[in-house]
Amino acid sequence: MPRRDDIKKILLIGSGPIVIGQACEFDYSGAQACKVLREDGYEVVLVNSNPATIMTDPEFAHRTYVEPVTPEFVEKVIAAERPDALLPTLGGQTGLNCAVALAESGVLERYGVELIGAKLEVIKKGEDRKLFAEAMGRIGLEVPRGAYIYKVADAEAFAAKVGYPVVIRPSFTMGGAGGGIVYNLDELREQVSHGLALSPISEVLAEESVIGWKEYEMEVMRDVNDNAVIVCSIENIDAMGVHTGDSITVAPAQTLTDREYQTMRDASLAILREIGVETGGSNVQFAVNPLDGRMVVIEMNPRVSRSSALASKATGFPIAKIAAKLAVGYTLDEVSNDITKVTPACFEPSIDYTVVKVPRWAFEKFKGTDTTLTTRMKSVGEAMAIGRTFSEALGKAFRSLENGRIGLGADGKDEFDEIKFDRGLTVPNENRMYYVADALWRGRSVEEVSALTRIDPWFIDRVKAQVDVEGLVRQVSLEGMSAELMRMAKQHGLSDPQLAYLTRTDEKAVRARRLELGVKATFKSVDTCAGEFLATTPYYYKTYEEESEVAEATRPRVMILGAGPNRIGQGIEFDYCCVHASYALHDAGFETVMVNCNPETVSTDYDTSDRLYFEPLTFEDVMDIVDAEQPVGVLVTFGGQTPLKLARALEEAGVPILGTKPEAIDLAEDRERFADVLDRLGIAYPAAGTARSAAEAVEVAGRIGYPLLVRPSYVLGGRGMVIAYNEEYLLKHVAEATVVSPDHPVLLDRFLEGAIEVDVDAICDGRDVYIGGVMEHIEEAGIHSGDSACCIPTFTLGDSIVEEIKGYTRRIALEIGTHGLINIQFAVKDSTVFVLEVNPRASRTVPFVSKATGVPLAKVAARVMAGEMLSDLALPAEDRELTRYCVKEAVMPFGRFPGADSVLGPEMKSTGEVMGSASDFPAAYAKSQLAIDYSLPASGTAFVSVCDRDKRAIVGVARHLNQLGFRLLSTGGTAKALRAAGIPVTQVLKVHEGRPNIVDAMTNDEVQLVINTPFGQETRSDGYQIRATAIRHGITNITTMEAAQAVVSAIEAMNDDRLGVSALQDFDQWVPPAPRDGASL
Amino acid sequence: MISRQPALLVLEDGTTFRGFSCGASGETTGEAVFNTSLTGYQEVFTDPSYAGQIVTMTSPHIGNYGVNAADMESRGVFAAGFVMREMSKISSNWRAEETLGAFFERLGVVAIEGVDTRRLTRHIRERGAMRAVLSTTDLDPASLAAKAAAAPGLVGRDLVAEVATSERYTWGDEMPPGCDLPVDTGVLPVRPRFRVVAFDSGIKYNILRRLAEADCDVVVVPPTTSAADALALEPDGVFFANGPGDPAAVTYLYETLRELLGAKPIFGICLGHQMLSLALGCGTYKLKYGHRGGNQPVKNLLTGRVEITSQNHGFCVDFSSIGELDRERSGGLDLDPTDLGAWVRAGVAPVVRSERFGGVQLTHVNLNDMTVEGVRALDQRAFSVQYHPEAAPGPHDAKYLFGSFVRLMEGKDDVFALEDEV
Repeated sequence: MPRRDDIKKILLIGSGPIVIGQACEFDYSGAQACKVLREDGYEVVLVNSNPATIMTDPEFAHRTYVEPVTPEFVEKVIAAERPDALLPTLGGQTGLNCAVALAESGVLERYGVELIGAKLEVIKKGEDRKLFAEAMGRIGLEVPRGAYIYKVADAEAFAAKVGYPVVIRPSFTMGGAGGGIVYNLDELREQVSHGLALSPISEVLAEESVIGWKEYEMEVMRDVNDNAVIVCSIENIDAMGVHTGDSITVAPAQTLTDREYQTMRDASLAILREIGVETGGSNVQFAVNPLDGRMVVIEMNPRVSRSSALASKATGFPIAKIAAKLAVGYTLDEVSNDITKVTPACFEPSIDYTVVKVPRWAFEKFKGTDTTLTTRMKSVGEAMAIGRTFSEALGKAFRSLENGRIGLGADGKDEFDEIKFDRGLTVPNENRMYYVADALWRGRSVEEVSALTRIDPWFIDRVKAQVDVEGLVRQVSLEGMSAELMRMAKQHGLSDPQLAYLTRTDEKAVRARRLELGVKATFKSVDTCAGEFLATTPYYYKTYEEESEVAEATRPRVMILGAGPNRIGQGIEFDYCCVHASYALHDAGFETVMVNCNPETVSTDYDTSDRLYFEPLTFEDVMDIVDAEQPVGVLVTFGGQTPLKLARALEEAGVPILGTKPEAIDLAEDRERFADVLDRLGIAYPAAGTARSAAEAVEVAGRIGYPLLVRPSYVLGGRGMVIAYNEEYLLKHVAEATVVSPDHPVLLDRFLEGAIEVDVDAICDGRDVYIGGVMEHIEEAGIHSGDSACCIPTFTLGDSIVEEIKGYTRRIALEIGTHGLINIQFAVKDSTVFVLEVNPRASRTVPFVSKATGVPLAKVAARVMAGEMLSDLALPAEDRELTRYCVKEAVMPFGRFPGADSVLGPEMKSTGEVMGSASDFPAAYAKSQLAIDYSLPASGTAFVSVCDRDKRAIVGVARHLNQLGFRLLSTGGTAKALRAAGIPVTQVLKVHEGRPNIVDAMTNDEVQLVINTPFGQETRSDGYQIRATAIRHGITNITTMEAAQAVVSAIEAMNDDRLGVSALQDFDQWVPPAPRDGASL
Repeated sequence: MISRQPALLVLEDGTTFRGFSCGASGETTGEAVFNTSLTGYQEVFTDPSYAGQIVTMTSPHIGNYGVNAADMESRGVFAAGFVMREMSKISSNWRAEETLGAFFERLGVVAIEGVDTRRLTRHIRERGAMRAVLSTTDLDPASLAAKAAAAPGLVGRDLVAEVATSERYTWGDEMPPGCDLPVDTGVLPVRPRFRVVAFDSGIKYNILRRLAEADCDVVVVPPTTSAADALALEPDGVFFANGPGDPAAVTYLYETLRELLGAKPIFGICLGHQMLSLALGCGTYKLKYGHRGGNQPVKNLLTGRVEITSQNHGFCVDFSSIGELDRERSGGLDLDPTDLGAWVRAGVAPVVRSERFGGVQLTHVNLNDMTVEGVRALDQRAFSVQYHPEAAPGPHDAKYLFGSFVRLMEGKDDVFALEDEV
């Protein structure tokens, strides 16, 4: 069946900001869909509030709306664009929920928009667990016994019937939010009431526990002719009870006989048919009892998912791309396999390697939260590795994690709880696999470890194989190592640094000895067909075998080092920059070589670069690729801290580094040397000092005075960074900071209280500097820039200050020898401009600035780094008037980490960002808030309680709220200030003052807006309880004065109905000029 | 711990693959082929069609779930040798009864692990299937290459006699001769509706299980059984099985089939498909490296549906060699009968005329390389497929063909109707 001609314009809904459970995999899938639908001649309209996505690049869709993914805004887009169809299956749960809301409210019908890819009934049958369970009954498949719960008492009755543990799953929440396993009545009551609150329909499912069963996922595709294929099977190494997003997983499934596998396959296809998924991809999850093979269906998602992105990367079968084609009427046999070109997509990939995915957590950012892994996803990212064998892939995945480790153990960095060692095995936790390896090393048996962890013995046995090889290596010296043992070690996934640790040498020596023994890396292709057909797409992984398959190149190659797994402080923004660099350099005539290990990203789509290496970003792995590819240059400044860390070592190994040299990067990072630069340039910076010991820290503090910003050197995302107001607190954190980064000293800066923070992204070609954007932060300096909102253009700074900032930027960029991107953070206090930090590399704000200004900075920078001059690139004038305000707002994951404090500070905690834009700042800010919270309170009761220094400023905000019709509630001090200003206010008790108090009022839904600014180091106090309650009850909660002012004007803008929608294409976009002839290095 | 016994696999062109012995010691000769199935190694090496072949699994981890009696596809191992990247030392599955290594040793199967199986696969893909020697005793590559070059190839070889039963037996009533383990017979019909005579040329047990499930009482007979003896059993239908070797060499079997054409409904699988095609007068040829795996897309030209199929064949049928195109019965189209891709794109099942047997329809085509996967003798109540609808290992998409056979025996014409499928 050919493509549908009755539809011309298709609306795609993206997934919005990166949050836990919904990350850049939906940019990957959405970008693929945009591309393929566009190629097919459809007009594509896109809505996505996340500016750091590739899909929202203006060339991906015809009309790109960076607007909130909410029914209200999408309806506005529909009214403006009048699309024929809506494809809801590529934007994660957010996109799907939004589409369901539009369908149910009659908007789609009113505008004549057809849902393609998944019909409303299908979505409901797949998502509504009650309908789903009925459907499974009809086709004779088992699901765990369960009951729908609408009040806590019903859950108690159910638990009494089936016994504990009981699994709680709120309906229609994303990534299992609000779900969990409960083992007793107290936990049950708490989890169920929380789940009921989170579920948009106030419903939770309580289920019989299948904890400890084996967990599998099947990625299935079906077309309109009922052709259906399994793209990939995935086996979760962690047994049932750990969310699949938090499980270590392996593809393909390893421990099923063909009979069992085919039973699961038949069930998967039957489920698709029964649920009625006519076109597209779905994910079906099963649990299998390891004792008797009994199989139950856990759930299905009638849309592309994190697992489908993983399956696509694991097999080379692009699920999202094909799902989009199927949605417009193609059948699987009409779509060709991209990799082989000659065979159709209507087949099931066969793979001759093993893929392992390991989640990346960020618990260190959320002190106080429960770190046990449960059915509620907590990881913030993941790394995937490909190896010929499971051991090899497992080792590679563990050294991809960017957690300071260099593999699965054997690096001298293990720290175990000796007293509760077995607890590390029995209770799922982020370090469990290290415990497994060590338990085996300690001589515990495979059977015993398997019994304790409920991990299948086959996986444990493979870890044992690695541990056994470690034992052999420990017995010999590096010089005494045979080629056979060296090869065996590499084939078991041991890294060079691990071998260095085991042989008491260093990485360089291991590499030299390895190459001397002739144990060289080989590269094999990911080809969808296990070698049966010739593959033409250069998608490679490293292994130690006899044959290498790297294709000859015709053009000079440039290597781009990616950003590794997503974590807080290093997310999609850096992948966006890498992808842009790749596009720009391909267009400039280079063959681009991407190296990355994050399966969620666009950079690891084999379609993005000319060549893709799915590999860890370690010196060893990168050098092996350099040896195979012989690039003319390597880009290390686009992927954030991960590649930057390698720059020095690569340069020393003779690898040509493109753009800003490692020396310049070091200069900017080294506070003392950089202070000299600023002194030379006559630019102010906060008084600062460096301390290498606690005593020195106290001495420095005495010299420069409190408050102090304390941080370890060489960190991203403000890891371990705090503001210290006194000596006691300083000493406590100096101790913690030294743990974070042992080889580097602690930096102490005078903290500029009440200063306005400004971020600048610019590009320098060695002669000229182009200022990409000057961003004014909403929150004052002291809140990590990644967590604070900011606006382009600046909205309170005077022109002369902005000019001064631009001038400083130019001078600093040229002085330190920048060649490419540079980001500088400034603080403006009392009309003095201070430099806070300089990073001569791509920053987190590059995508936002690019979207806000129409100039894709990363692309421009890549061309500059490859030898072009800014003056040749036809860039728009820096001082052009921007016709709209664009606000970037950070998205916080506190809802996932109950127990952790939600107050903002110098350590970054956000997972993602959104952009709101409008012709005035309040409206733009309102949109940025709506894009995150999905609602701003239009009226109701506002609770206002601020610290002393904010008592004056709160008066204006409170008056404004009063005018907007809000009833005001305050505690003692703030109430007094408001009454003094003549503003009507009701006083409420603080928590420690008795009851009913403010927390009671919030719990009873009597409060719609909370403004509560903390001061100093108060923890576990009133403020903490108020913030925690706000998170649990989904109440808009503001912790800074600046945000309070912005939110109140935003509410006014919203209530005045000033929030229209506009497409990026309505604003000027840079058109890249053709590259200069013979662009070369 | 590094006390592994080396083993060598050497191809006739001298290409050498080093690895370690992981089964019985010894030396074995055969044609080197590869199979891309992700699961089902046990079903693969117990499939008698692999007689005379050294099988490489492209999937790197083999043996993970051990072996068990129920997953046997015949009375023993027929693959001449087995090649793997890594064989699991333990078995992990509730159905496992023995580790693969112990099983291989017990049955005397020579096997090698630690081989760069992808290199081997790519070599075979580029140069074609070739003779090979796998040895744990002779570790001299030159000597092994010479032995490989001297070994007989598969072309012109009848291996059916070596694998087929020499005695007749009824499935479910009697143990298949030579079987020493209890056999999983599947669900046997309480009151069988049909009697089927199955000519054994290396039949897989799952074919028998599927026929039984389709309410057939199956009598398995030796391949040399005459048409008259088969008819004397008063069957409702006759089945021709899969099997090893060169189909063109098994003349007696397709001659018997020719005698039965028209007399009884006939269904053939794999070698049985080649037997039907040869009986109808068409030629067969050897594919460069064959189809072996569980992911081959086959289009049913009568329904338009694509089936993901299990396959294991090195030889293929040349459909157009039967006779002239019957334009009228081919949708009025005048496309080239040798260009199967054109018929797939047109969505029409072409019919050619055999002088003796009438119209022969091309029913199934492999979408990877547009080769013949199924034919039907429209005027003779016979059809066959090149692939394995019984799966084991592999997907069950084509299970409906057992229903088709039933429909044929019921005298229905629309044998590929899909309503009772899956």
